[in-house]
Amino acid sequence: MTDCYKPRDECGLSSAIKDAATAKMPLVVRGAGSKSAMGRPLGGYAMSLTTERMRGVSLYEPTELVIGALPGTPVSEIDRMLAKHNQMLPFEPMDHRVLFGTSAEPTIGGIVAGNVSGPRRIAVGACRDSLIGVRLVTGRGDVVKSGGRVMKNVTGLDLVKLNCGAWGTLGVLSEVIFKVLPKPARSLSVGLGGMNDTTAIAALTAALGSSFAVSAAAHIPASIGSDSTTIVRLEGSDGSVAYGARELAKLWRSFGRAELIEGDESANLWLRVRDAHWLAQPMDRSIWRLSLAPSKAPHVLADIRQKLGVRYFFDWGGGLVWLAVVDADDAGASVVREAMANTGGHATLVRASSEMRHRIDVFEPLPPAVLKLTQEIKKCFDPDRVLNFGRMYAGI
Amino acid sequence: MSKIRFTEPNREILARRDSIINDLTRLVDPAGLITSTDECRAYETDALTAYRKMPLAVVLPKTTEEVSAVLKYCHDTGVKVVPRGAGTSLAGGAIPSEDAVVLGLSKMNRVLAVNYDDRFIRVEAGVTNLSVTAVVAENGFFYAPDPSSQLACTIGGNIANNSGGAHCLKYGVTTNNLLGVRMVLIDGSIIDLGGDYLDSAGLDLLGLVVGSEGQLGIVTEATLRILKSAEGARPVLFGFPSCEGAGKAVADVIAAGIIPVAIEYMDKAAIEICEAFAKAGYPLDVEALLIVEVEGSDAEMDATLADITAIARANGATTVRESRSAIETAAIWKGRKSAFGATGRVADYLCMDGTVPTGKLSYVLAEISKIVQRHGLRVANVFHAGDGNMHPLILYNANDPSQQSKAEAAGDDILRLCVEVGGCLTGEHGVGIEKRDLMRCQFDDADLVQQIRVRAAFDPRWLLNTDKVFPLDFRCQG
Ligand SMILES: Cc1cc2nc3c(=O)[nH]c(=O)nc-3n(C[C@H](O)[C@H](O)[C@H](O)COP(=O)(O)OP(=O)(O)OC[C@H]3O[C@@H](n4cnc5c(N)ncnc54)[C@H](O)[C@@H]3O)c2cc1C
Ligand SMILES: Cc1cc2nc3c(=O)[nH]c(=O)nc-3n(C[C@H](O)[C@H](O)[C@H](O)COP(=O)(O)OP(=O)(O)OC[C@H]3O[C@@H](n4cnc5c(N)ncnc54)[C@H](O)[C@@H]3O)c2cc1C
Repeated sequence: MTDCYKPRDECGLSSAIKDAATAKMPLVVRGAGSKSAMGRPLGGYAMSLTTERMRGVSLYEPTELVIGALPGTPVSEIDRMLAKHNQMLPFEPMDHRVLFGTSAEPTIGGIVAGNVSGPRRIAVGACRDSLIGVRLVTGRGDVVKSGGRVMKNVTGLDLVKLNCGAWGTLGVLSEVIFKVLPKPARSLSVGLGGMNDTTAIAALTAALGSSFAVSAAAHIPASIGSDSTTIVRLEGSDGSVAYGARELAKLWRSFGRAELIEGDESANLWLRVRDAHWLAQPMDRSIWRLSLAPSKAPHVLADIRQKLGVRYFFDWGGGLVWLAVVDADDAGASVVREAMANTGGHATLVRASSEMRHRIDVFEPLPPAVLKLTQEIKKCFDPDRVLNFGRMYAGI
Repeated sequence: MSKIRFTEPNREILARRDSIINDLTRLVDPAGLITSTDECRAYETDALTAYRKMPLAVVLPKTTEEVSAVLKYCHDTGVKVVPRGAGTSLAGGAIPSEDAVVLGLSKMNRVLAVNYDDRFIRVEAGVTNLSVTAVVAENGFFYAPDPSSQLACTIGGNIANNSGGAHCLKYGVTTNNLLGVRMVLIDGSIIDLGGDYLDSAGLDLLGLVVGSEGQLGIVTEATLRILKSAEGARPVLFGFPSCEGAGKAVADVIAAGIIPVAIEYMDKAAIEICEAFAKAGYPLDVEALLIVEVEGSDAEMDATLADITAIARANGATTVRESRSAIETAAIWKGRKSAFGATGRVADYLCMDGTVPTGKLSYVLAEISKIVQRHGLRVANVFHAGDGNMHPLILYNANDPSQQSKAEAAGDDILRLCVEVGGCLTGEHGVGIEKRDLMRCQFDDADLVQQIRVRAAFDPRWLLNTDKVFPLDFRCQG
């Protein structure tokens, strides 16, 4: 049994962390209390801390397109509240329950800590781009704010972005503020069938290089199941989407006959892309997420497939590759990292057994000068190393 | 007299000037080392011209390796460094000190790669903002952030200040359009953050570097996201008989879920100044003007404009005038983008840059005019209204010292007001030296201490742009 801090507010959060810092006792930070989150495993710690009791929307001004929430607020609660005003979190965060077979509801703090973003990322930016303000408690127990509730702000260092995607290794977020967007009046998909990876990425590139309001672009190769599907999503006003779909079909003529996908069918397709649905089963396969320049993706995949049995698909017009490794002693790490080595991009091991995540670098290893900066930054937020120590990188 | 304090220069460094210059000659091409008083004068201030300081010397390296050698030398010998792009900072961010070497990026102005398939361009940091778009325009692409100073300002300066522009309402500011940088740390080490892909590995150091005002390192190369231009774009002028009506119209457009590419605001004073300069056809019989730009296919623009026009009319708009040609469009934007320059021809001005929630625009505009009147001065307002980023230009006479301090006091009052209503001190111009001493209005000590610790993780000896951003009594606390 591990003991767990469950602070009700920022004050309680701060005193819990101060206690832990005084006792030099490392804490595992959790959102909704899902047992094992991503990253390097944090075995053997006596204490955890959950933000599950710090919940609720703290600020919502629909007319100013801004919403703020306490960290333990379920994402679904935020979505529901925004939907009442026909608004949305722009970055379309994925729901990891599909991949992990877990049931705890994702919290907004966990989303920010992981900079979790979905298919719309290529059109409107990542979680970090919508996040405009945070409050957090550092490993010293200090309450710190950065950013705010306005859309443009360059006052002081941007600790907002620094903490987005830091996996709770620098501070525990106590409030997060986003700019939001109106839901598009209309959303539909345009698809092509029967293409190989190279041609498919070329078709997506043509679409993304057009001016037709493309908000997502994915390719699901034939190896995933039935036929291959190459799709883009158009979002905007009624007229612009209809016009874009017609123009795109023309643009794509040399690739094949474009098909329209609308309504629930389109929406469900993008949910599956967002949540990497096709790779979820079987649960014991390791899953990677590769971020790289789209034009390099087909080569990298061809390279990996020569050496490793994988199931995979592309999001972000080819710039994001989801990969499930069928069978390998090292979760495929040596092959994946070698194939990525000259691309400049990076690979993250998203799902793997805890034994595997202990053995293999989960996040892309950092060059020495960047690692040194990362260590210094950890030290200045969390000198006693109480927060998620070692979750991202050994010693950090 | 002048309000902004400068620290006493380090006498030991001043005494070593000759030997420092001698050492620098071995590190950079001789053509890139400036030491004569006459030539250094071009670097003694930026666009905050009320303040000037002669630098110890100016170096203009041509390569990342030269930047690295200079920084390593300065680090090892304890010499301060002030990074500089084009010197268009309005906050004094590039103003040197007598004991500092200015490191200018103007000779690093090559375009390194353009990739339309992966939609990026890689440039050296001294490339000007406008030339980036100029390079990709022939293929129908553009680089979104478009500061009014884009003809002169550099990508390195844009990154340091997280610069924005009229078209950032839809496309975001620099930080949302930057994929990667190569930068040199004060100890001379060269690092790459991000690259030609989305979301860099590890901590978001790229996000931290943007807006850090040259305090964390010197950016020498940048990879920028480029976008395909819309099929068409059309600005429309909406004239209002009252500032409140215009402010309310902005809030109502945003509230209706319409995000045009740009919503720019001008009050009567600004309209008159800009119209006299640019002959853009702005209506002169109104109290406030909105320039709203929409883009897309013709049908789409028509539909969006119909909605916006209805909102404008409901708020009392008396003039509605669509641009009918590329020439008119160019004139409309020329007028807006030359607003600061045109103002500079009629008076000296201090440009404020606070951001406020859009719902507070009307209130804040009214309060600003009261504040400025209280100090016995005049104001012209011309700003990015869609995201609440205000630019009151406080007009004064720089030859009258009492007016300068009144202008500065009025500016401080305005920025305090911005913070009070839930906004911030600076939306896109940076803190520099200008707003350094106001940082405590927006931040508690704990906030500032944490920022300073992060700063020290990059530059433990506080050599990079030392006297900027943080109040002078607030320094490294380890
Ligand atoms: C990329 C990713 C990988 C995952 N891997 C697994 C897995 O291997 N096994 C599994 O069972 N579930 C995993 N999950 C699933 C996830 O934990 C559950 O879906 C859960 O419901 C997510 O929401 P949460 O809020 O509980 O986040 P958590 O999983 O509790 O937290 C996610 C990360 O965010 C940090 N964090 C949470 N709240 C804060 C905060 N307020 N401030 C700072 N940091 C915070 C955590 O320390 C952790 O590093 C993963 C989720 C993500 C995003
Ligand atoms: C007429 C006018 C109109 C303007 N309009 C706008 C506008 O619409 N939007 C807007 O956002 N700004 C505007 N500005 C402000 C200014 O142009 C921007 O802040 C611009 O980005 C500064 O670029 P620069 O190259 O001139 O940088 P400089 O003024 O030389 O430097 C600015 C800051 O960046 C640092 N710096 C410069 N280069 C580097 C580098 N390579 N690495 C690290 N640090 C560096 C400097 O130390 C300094 O702190 C305007 C200014 C003027 C004079």
